[in-house]
Amino acid sequence: MATPRVLILRAPGTNCNEETAYAWEQAGASCETWHLSRLLADASQISKFQVLTIPGGFSYGDDLGAGRIFATRLGTVLGEEVRKLRDRGGLILGICNGFQVLVRAGLLPENSEIGPVTLTRNDSGHFEDRWTRLAPVPGRSPFLTSAEPLEFPSAHGEGKFLTKSAEDLERLQQAGQIVLRYIDAEGNPTQSFPQNPNGSAGAVAGMCDPTGQILGLMPHPERHVLPYHHPRWTRSELRAEGDGMRLFRSAVASLSE
Amino acid sequence: MLWHIQISPGPGQPDHEGRRIEREAAELHLPGPWLVSAARGFLIQGDFTQAQIERLASDLFVDSVVESVRVTPCVRAQDGSLTHSGTNQIHVLRQPGVTDPEGESGLNLLRDLGYAVDHCRAIRTYQVDGPSNAMDALVSRVLCNDAVEVAVRGPIPFDRIGLGANYLFQRISVPLSTMNDVELVKFSRDGQLSLSLSEMKAIQAHFAEMGREPTDCELETIAQTWSEHCSHKTLRGVVEFEGKVIDNLLKSTIFQATKTLNLDWLVSVFEDNAGVVSFDHDYDVCFKVETHNHPSAIDPYGGANTGIGGVIRDPMGTGLGAKPIANTDVFCVAPPDTPPELVPPGVLHPKRVLRGVVAGVRDYGNRMGIPTVNGALAVDPAYLANPLVFCGTIGLLPRGKAHKEVAHGDLIVALGGRTGRDGIHGATFSSVDLTSESQGISGGSVQIGNAITEKMVLDVVLQARDRELFRSITDCGAGGFSSAVGEMGANLGAEVDLEKAPLKYQGLNYTEIWISEAQERMVLAVPPEHLEAFQALADAEHVESTVLGRFVDTGRLQLRYEGEVVGDLSMHFLHEERPRVVRQARFTPAPETALDLPERLNYNDDLLAVLANWDVASKEWIVRQYDHEVQGGTIIKPMVGSHEDGPGDASVILPVRGRWRGLAISCALNPRLGSIDPYAMAAGCIDEAIRNCVAVGADPSRIALLDNFCWGNPERPETLGSLVLAAKACHDLALAYQTPFISGKDSLYNEYSHGDVSLAIPPTLLISAMGQVPDVRRCVTMDLKESGNSLYLIGETTDCLAGSIWVQHLGLKGGRVPQVVPEAGRKIFAAVHEAISNGVIRACHDVSDGGLAAAIAEMCMAGRLGASVLLASVPGADRGISESAILFSENPTRFVVEIRPADEPRFREILNSQGVHHWGRVGTVDATPNGHFIVQGHSGQNLIDIGIPQMLSAWRRTLDA
Repeated sequence: MATPRVLILRAPGTNCNEETAYAWEQAGASCETWHLSRLLADASQISKFQVLTIPGGFSYGDDLGAGRIFATRLGTVLGEEVRKLRDRGGLILGICNGFQVLVRAGLLPENSEIGPVTLTRNDSGHFEDRWTRLAPVPGRSPFLTSAEPLEFPSAHGEGKFLTKSAEDLERLQQAGQIVLRYIDAEGNPTQSFPQNPNGSAGAVAGMCDPTGQILGLMPHPERHVLPYHHPRWTRSELRAEGDGMRLFRSAVASLSE
Repeated sequence: MLWHIQISPGPGQPDHEGRRIEREAAELHLPGPWLVSAARGFLIQGDFTQAQIERLASDLFVDSVVESVRVTPCVRAQDGSLTHSGTNQIHVLRQPGVTDPEGESGLNLLRDLGYAVDHCRAIRTYQVDGPSNAMDALVSRVLCNDAVEVAVRGPIPFDRIGLGANYLFQRISVPLSTMNDVELVKFSRDGQLSLSLSEMKAIQAHFAEMGREPTDCELETIAQTWSEHCSHKTLRGVVEFEGKVIDNLLKSTIFQATKTLNLDWLVSVFEDNAGVVSFDHDYDVCFKVETHNHPSAIDPYGGANTGIGGVIRDPMGTGLGAKPIANTDVFCVAPPDTPPELVPPGVLHPKRVLRGVVAGVRDYGNRMGIPTVNGALAVDPAYLANPLVFCGTIGLLPRGKAHKEVAHGDLIVALGGRTGRDGIHGATFSSVDLTSESQGISGGSVQIGNAITEKMVLDVVLQARDRELFRSITDCGAGGFSSAVGEMGANLGAEVDLEKAPLKYQGLNYTEIWISEAQERMVLAVPPEHLEAFQALADAEHVESTVLGRFVDTGRLQLRYEGEVVGDLSMHFLHEERPRVVRQARFTPAPETALDLPERLNYNDDLLAVLANWDVASKEWIVRQYDHEVQGGTIIKPMVGSHEDGPGDASVILPVRGRWRGLAISCALNPRLGSIDPYAMAAGCIDEAIRNCVAVGADPSRIALLDNFCWGNPERPETLGSLVLAAKACHDLALAYQTPFISGKDSLYNEYSHGDVSLAIPPTLLISAMGQVPDVRRCVTMDLKESGNSLYLIGETTDCLAGSIWVQHLGLKGGRVPQVVPEAGRKIFAAVHEAISNGVIRACHDVSDGGLAAAIAEMCMAGRLGASVLLASVPGADRGISESAILFSENPTRFVVEIRPADEPRFREILNSQGVHHWGRVGTVDATPNGHFIVQGHSGQNLIDIGIPQMLSAWRRTLDA
């Protein structure tokens, strides 16, 4: 089985690239981390990879809005190459700031029926780091193969998902593009704080494009790789490995088929 | 043409900034009510049509889902005035020469996309409804920080962005030789040099010998180098104390203990920007904690922001550059519920200070991608005018990279941000008392941070280190280039061409360039043969690097501006010839007074009050704002337990991915005891910092300590006397516990004066500890785990309530001071560590603020499990101690641990074999739903019986409660 090649794209202010690379490697992929300007110099280089990952951080300081500058560079120059990567069966993953980048670059929701979506300031008005429970919807995205809940930390100041209209949200749900939702202790999608940490409409924590190959999510799967990353590992039965590995392993498995 | 892009929250969207302004105005008790709409925006100067700029705005600057935008051309005001009173629209933008990250990012993006843009500046716009007679106060106290920003009322009255006038070179020499003593003192004070008369005279004599007058730049260089902040002249000077002469207090106490211990795991201590110890076969770790008190008193957000930014550069400038892997922060403020009328002029309300410093640390640390994992809050009315802000950073350094040496011919390369007007006179400013005029005179000492620039610098430094492209590195901190170049070249010599420094704006004179404390700059010594590779690397990361000069073996520091010499100083004079400070110290211990304590049948209300005390109460509202998990190595989080809200003793991180060796990070401070007995305070803090580390699983024989002394004016003998005693305690305890100090810092003159009023902080010593955990999989947390388990108390409880939270709550003074007994403590630490390493401890919590009652209450809350405790089982309870003292006494070196019944024999065996005398099984973890914390007194009655929800609601106190 061939080892999938992952390109991790970093920009000034990206700060989760190392742990994201580690998670991919633990899942059996091989990673290269490139500065965005290296790819801009020759966008066709993307063809050497099967996966593009945009990790978390504060790219360019989020100075013009979260992910905006990265997205502008990615969108104007690379948008075409990224879509080609998807069209030949590749995967694109955006985590936290990376999700914001994918949205601002127009790579999500990538659905002509729907107006723009956004990730805006949390209801709390500021950055928060807390663990969240998520319900994945399997079947659409190769990253998500089981409905078993996932626990990942959310750590952001601008993660509140909003659509232009309630109808748009409904259409996205109908289209099967809402694949990760914040849930409460009973497993139900929730609007209550802090289980829904930012006030996201429809409890949206992550979404994919219509093919499922482009996935963006606010919570951090790469921060739950070890069982010892879990905030309650000292008091409950130890997992075999962190929940985040399921996401990375599913992706690697789908590419190795 | 100048265009204003104004971006407002869209219909139905929350206006967070507007609400924040209204809240701050209310908190400041400005006459209201206020109704504020806030907009962000940009001023863009370039050749655009209205249609073009509107297109740009919607494509690049606006989030169309939640924001609306308006684009207008700016027209020059006919009368040339900046302000039209009578309108209620206010714009705020950064002054020329001051860092404007958003504007710079906008400019770069537009230019990259091929637009011809001259300037781009961020601007905020407020539409304000409120009493017009209080409008000026709102502008100057809430909307605009005069130190770095400018406010404009009414329409924007200019049609181009001014950059200030260009600087015209003029060499300034100071007629020092003709000044008498009075004039020398006046010159030092007027120029904010903070040099004493004897120092001014030494300088006068030095230049008389050379037969010339000094330049302004030379005087500034000497002032920076000789400042209390940079040279620690009090602690390294001569102190006369109790009839003895102490030559260099630091060297004879804290350094001395480290030297005596001579441990093989110390790599570089007290010589670099951070102390370095070995971690494993491949890596060393380093740790530094700094204060940023004075700037934070004036601008809490900016002060704390650049405080954390500055201390992050310390590990980056340690050895050949360490990678920052964890941050810490500790704040000391006055009670957030202080009535506004008690806040003196020129002083910010403590609530505002606390909110600002938390946000400042948050925004910088999170952007840098460094987890903030440990901290503390200490509240005391005496911090009102002098809040303290401590920030720390731990770094990871490959082995063999801990030492550096500059060579003749190495190029002096500045890396990172440009030099601007921000932060002039920070080093000398932090060496004087604050006054009610401070907000006016010291505006320039406020610095502006841009975390992303620092992250980019870090990306370059680590790659350049691994490719061995430079020979030495240090950060530009207090004193700017002056300190960085002066220190690096101290044993060699340096020549600098100041006009080469890249500037944020052209109006800076040569002295300002030399001493500006603009942030995010590092100075490196690059061998000429590596310059090309180094600059190519920096270019690839979009970081500016500039050759300023070179290191030369002349023994002189020569400064030039456009070829003209503006400074030529002997390195020896600069670093070795400062007249030594001689200070008097004495200490009169307060007589021990008996406490007249209430004896009650029930202490529920007392416990609830203790839990709601600011020092004890939950810090979750702060901790959650920090990213404490970035880098993916945080194994024990700051908040632990079944609901992730229990107060952990220390956080544990994994510095190296794929390995199990960890670092535990903790701290301790106790200003309540500091004013009563500084020796006992310092000893107690060291004990507490160590036991916090040990409680989670750190090896007590691998704990390194840091000291941060924050004191008042050391020219007052009583103040210095208490510092001498605290330093002695550091020496004694470091030796007794074999826990070496590896780095430290002092911040003196934390006093405020206004007319006859003088307010000094309580003696405050922050002890930070970095302990090594052999295997993080053995770590324990403090939350109760399972009902039916036993609770043990380890350590002796005596009647020592002086400085305790409970006595403070009662408003009483007096009582016996808790003393550390290191002989017993050593055994306790060893026993707890052995038990944790063997997996026999389910939960472990140190007993500190609030005593035994608070410790067990916290364990109950964290695990949402009750506990039943029998007071008579507390070791020492049979020796006539009052019940209240057992509950609330704050004796050091105690732990409460939870043990499974099956592990009890093994646990007892460990305690006995380690020779621990004082321990006892004091209770059990209860199964009752919604658990109660119950303590049964000697006569069988319940001294405490409280449900967990009730305790939680007292303890979860937020800033607004």
